[in-house]
Amino acid sequence: MMTDMTPQLVDIWVYLAATPLLGLTITLLAYQMAQALYKRLKGNPLANPVAVAVLLIIGVLLLSGTPYQTYFDGAKFVHFLLGPATVALAVPLYGQLPRLKKMLTPLTLALLAGSLCGIATALGVAWALGASKATLLSLAPKSVTTPIAMGVAEKIGGLPSLTAVLVVMTGVLGAVMARSLLRLLRIRDDDHATFGFAVGVAAHGIGTARAFQLSETAGAFAALAMGLNGVATALLLPLFL
Amino acid sequence: MIAGLTILLLFQLAGEVLAHLFALPLPGPVIGMALLFIGLALRGGVPAFLEQTSTGLLSHLSLLFVPAGVGVMLHFQRIANEWQAIACALLLSTAVTLAVSAWTLRGMQRLLQRRSDSNEM
Repeated sequence: MMTDMTPQLVDIWVYLAATPLLGLTITLLAYQMAQALYKRLKGNPLANPVAVAVLLIIGVLLLSGTPYQTYFDGAKFVHFLLGPATVALAVPLYGQLPRLKKMLTPLTLALLAGSLCGIATALGVAWALGASKATLLSLAPKSVTTPIAMGVAEKIGGLPSLTAVLVVMTGVLGAVMARSLLRLLRIRDDDHATFGFAVGVAAHGIGTARAFQLSETAGAFAALAMGLNGVATALLLPLFL
Repeated sequence: MIAGLTILLLFQLAGEVLAHLFALPLPGPVIGMALLFIGLALRGGVPAFLEQTSTGLLSHLSLLFVPAGVGVMLHFQRIANEWQAIACALLLSTAVTLAVSAWTLRGMQRLLQRRSDSNEM
């Protein structure tokens, strides 16, 4: 790949490849390109920015022969922000406190029903199609946000890094299909609370990002669902598996 | 911005400490979120600087999932071997989760609405 480069350029490459700068820069660049594409396609859910950015980065890493670990040494600074971002969810959640109090029973039941049916379906389908035990255990927490899902996977004997990938895939799928699926189920388009809550239960942060595009209300309900599902899954899953 | 981030990190830190101290099954950031929520409820409002930082951070939430997503590189082999099971499980269970939570929420709200309507009559 770099045989035609002059020795100085190779030296620079070797130096840069050892610093976090490249992994970090490429993550931000790819994300902005993905965002630009998403806007260009007028928010077509199929051009999900996470999926596009991930594919772009994988392309660059494969072409330059860079191992994932080298990339992640830089990208981990972005990854780390998932922690404070999870804490920050308390803010939109607090904004919905009055509605939350009023809807507490329906929200709790919807959360438990959706979450448990989702886990049961994932495990049932994957088991019936012959998935290995490690894959099954890594699939179980896939609907909740990455830091929680990875922690749960570790606890129940799955592979945390595989879970992280399945979490992102689930998020992208949920964000892509939510609108048309809920229309099909005759959920009214202006019912932003239901849309947000469902997409938050099914598709965590990526679904929440999708809901925030619709409205502040949809986003807050998605954030609420994502937070509650994270707590419920972290508490319940280790008991069942 | 910096003050907001400091608050978020402090709550995350408190969450991590509690999680380890009491061997809680919850990750530190989730406990941090619960603590901050309680804090805001006690205070009765969100300080402007915190509002600003959280909005900024949450508006780019999807960026934060990119590094973990690229990790699919590590699992090409396993995913190639089990792609039918993984693809069907993800598709069906995501659809089921969306449908069941949306239906339950709407159904329950209608039920409660009807009950409160009949109480008023």
